[in-house]
Amino acid sequence: MVTEAQVWDALAEIPDPEIPVISLVDLGVVRGVDIDDRRVRVDFTPTFLGCPALEVMRDAMADSIRALGAEPEIQVLLDDSWSTDRITAEGREKLRASGFAPPSPRGTAAPTLVQLQSNAHRCPYCGSSETRLENIFGPTPCRSLRYCASCRQPYEQFKTI
Amino acid sequence: MNEEVQRTLLEIADDELILGWRDSEWTGVAPLLEEDVAFSSIAQNEIGHARALYELVARAQGTTADALAFDRSPDEYRCAPLVELRLMDWAETIARHYLYEEADAKRLEQLKQLDDPEIAGLAAKIDREEAYHRIHAQMWFDRLQDEPRFIEALEKLRPQAETLLDSTKRGEHTPELTDLWEEMTMVRRSQPVGTTW
Repeated sequence: MVTEAQVWDALAEIPDPEIPVISLVDLGVVRGVDIDDRRVRVDFTPTFLGCPALEVMRDAMADSIRALGAEPEIQVLLDDSWSTDRITAEGREKLRASGFAPPSPRGTAAPTLVQLQSNAHRCPYCGSSETRLENIFGPTPCRSLRYCASCRQPYEQFKTI
Repeated sequence: MNEEVQRTLLEIADDELILGWRDSEWTGVAPLLEEDVAFSSIAQNEIGHARALYELVARAQGTTADALAFDRSPDEYRCAPLVELRLMDWAETIARHYLYEEADAKRLEQLKQLDDPEIAGLAAKIDREEAYHRIHAQMWFDRLQDEPRFIEALEKLRPQAETLLDSTKRGEHTPELTDLWEEMTMVRRSQPVGTTW
């Protein structure tokens, strides 16, 4: 019989479809694993609701559980339980090393334009805080575009949700 | 989930789906490259919200999100006329965006207070994404607020925005919805019922 640890290890091997430097476990979207004989249930939270990678993630998890010889059941949780705060410390470091600025911590209130335009955001390339907001939106729903005036490098900043 | 709640969720889902379609029409033709990116992303979010809301309603009604989104006739949709308009003018597009986000924030706040934890939880998640739409709308409002064209667009569209928060005023549609529906459902209608993709 498959163990919970084996399932977590297998899920930790699945790369995020759009940002393959981090795994689904690093991303914090796997909320729980429950084993009942040959059936393995995974509770999964979407990142952004319009993210086209959700189905790819769901299918990849099901495939990897089948590869362990078990029957997958992927339960999608449509609630507010995922936040960018759930990205692991290791995941944040992997993002930074690949040129993606990790998200700021979630505050009690929603983000504001003043906050997004502040210099609290450091460049993932040179560490400077001389950065500016170029666009609240970016190539995927989870990212904004910023520009670092110190090293003259445009980069992608994870939105906080 | 009682019928009144189902109807409310369907109204919001229809608004988000149809507005998502209209927003996506700016992809590639917005006045600034950054706005091509912004409106495409906003459109993607709105359609994602519609899908999640349809899924909740579909479960209560024993159907599927796709069937709710695409298998109804145009007169069965519950969206407000404001989201149906094919606006070719940037000032009007920003005015609609601003008015829509303002009303949407109010109704999401109401949904977050409901006793049903699934609906309240989904509303809270949607609201976190919408916060970025509101920042974007506010940024453009601040930029254009003293432009006569923008003021005129706000005055023209404001009466229609009131429908967003009043169920009793829904049900009437513009001819533009039919054109949008023809395009939106074309591929699905071209295939036998039950085709999977």
